[in-house]
Amino acid sequence: MSAQRYPLEEYFYPGNASCPGCGATMALRWVLKALGKKSIMVVPACCTSVFMGLYPKSAIGIPVLNIAFAAAAAAASGIVAALKARGKDATVLVWAGDGGTVDIGIQALSGAAERQTDFIYICYDNEAYMNTGIQRSGATPYGAITTTTPILGKREHKKNMPRIMIAHDIPYVATATSGYPHDLFRKVKKAKEKRGATRYIHILAPCPPGWRFDSKLTVKISRLAVRTGMWVLYEVEDGKFRLTGPSKALLDPEKRLPVEEYLKLQGRFSHLTREDIEEIQRWVDRQWELISKMVSKE
Amino acid sequence: MKIVVKNYEWMKEIPPTPLSRPGPGSMGMTGRWRAERPVINYEKCKKCGMCWTYCPENAIVFSKDEGPRINYNYCKGCLVCVEECPYDAIKVEREVVEWEK
Repeated sequence: MSAQRYPLEEYFYPGNASCPGCGATMALRWVLKALGKKSIMVVPACCTSVFMGLYPKSAIGIPVLNIAFAAAAAAASGIVAALKARGKDATVLVWAGDGGTVDIGIQALSGAAERQTDFIYICYDNEAYMNTGIQRSGATPYGAITTTTPILGKREHKKNMPRIMIAHDIPYVATATSGYPHDLFRKVKKAKEKRGATRYIHILAPCPPGWRFDSKLTVKISRLAVRTGMWVLYEVEDGKFRLTGPSKALLDPEKRLPVEEYLKLQGRFSHLTREDIEEIQRWVDRQWELISKMVSKE
Repeated sequence: MKIVVKNYEWMKEIPPTPLSRPGPGSMGMTGRWRAERPVINYEKCKKCGMCWTYCPENAIVFSKDEGPRINYNYCKGCLVCVEECPYDAIKVEREVVEWEK
């Protein structure tokens, strides 16, 4: 059955410091499965640098370099150069949170992508600075309560990071979510094979304490984000745009679930008024109009 | 000047540089965080591996012949497996702690 088609080797060990029901570890496990043993990981300050655990043990079975917030892509460029100088071959992966990608790390990432540096950059997006105590980030959606937007919630919409990366003309950009690990596995495999330039994958990773929902609903919320159209699964391979997985059927607005289905399960959206929900629905429809233009360009 | 390190037997456990080695239990027995325990009913289990696929902690060991097995030393009790099991084969039990008298 389905589990038996995927590798059983694990490079992510139990007994780490992540919260119960963490969406990021769910994704990281499958990313490491797809990359395999011959890879090096660079982690800036984010949840992952904490949930790897305490010295002298680590929960990740491949070499990891922990680095400062803004320097993840720069450090990875250095590793790529060192591997080239030594004549060794390994996949370099940057695993950064949304704060380290969308806000703080964007200049290093943009520079590395422009220089066509050979590494995979994966941003796991839990839509706030969860590790330091749920502060608002550029990736936080409209209306979400965080500790720095405590009463009305954030009044601006989410920054669309994958579209910024598509504008860099890199060979592979994809979006994924932890609720569809097999889709994620396939995308990471594809990114691993495209050598020679930067590849970017953006993963939506639900966060039970930050989004305020029961830990057992992680997968359900992740799937609802896709089915309501709040999160779109697609890949851009050598400039060719393609919707993947359940998002393929959602171009027709009739087939998308109302965003309320997704919002009502989460405590961070519990204060929203009818107008706020309508505003979010309008934003989703606007996003899909852009998507339909990108699809029809083919 | 020559530095002599005496009595270094205890240091063999800990590497001398700030280098962590991979292994389970980097945060100790995280099973103690659990309030409710998932229990697999092997009569209903069809060995599809969905619990193993979605376990965020990697606390479910899956083998093709024996099916899934939960490692209670590390399972944090998030109950994602209970929610995702397509055959309703995983039940929830309240965790009981016996206090020393």
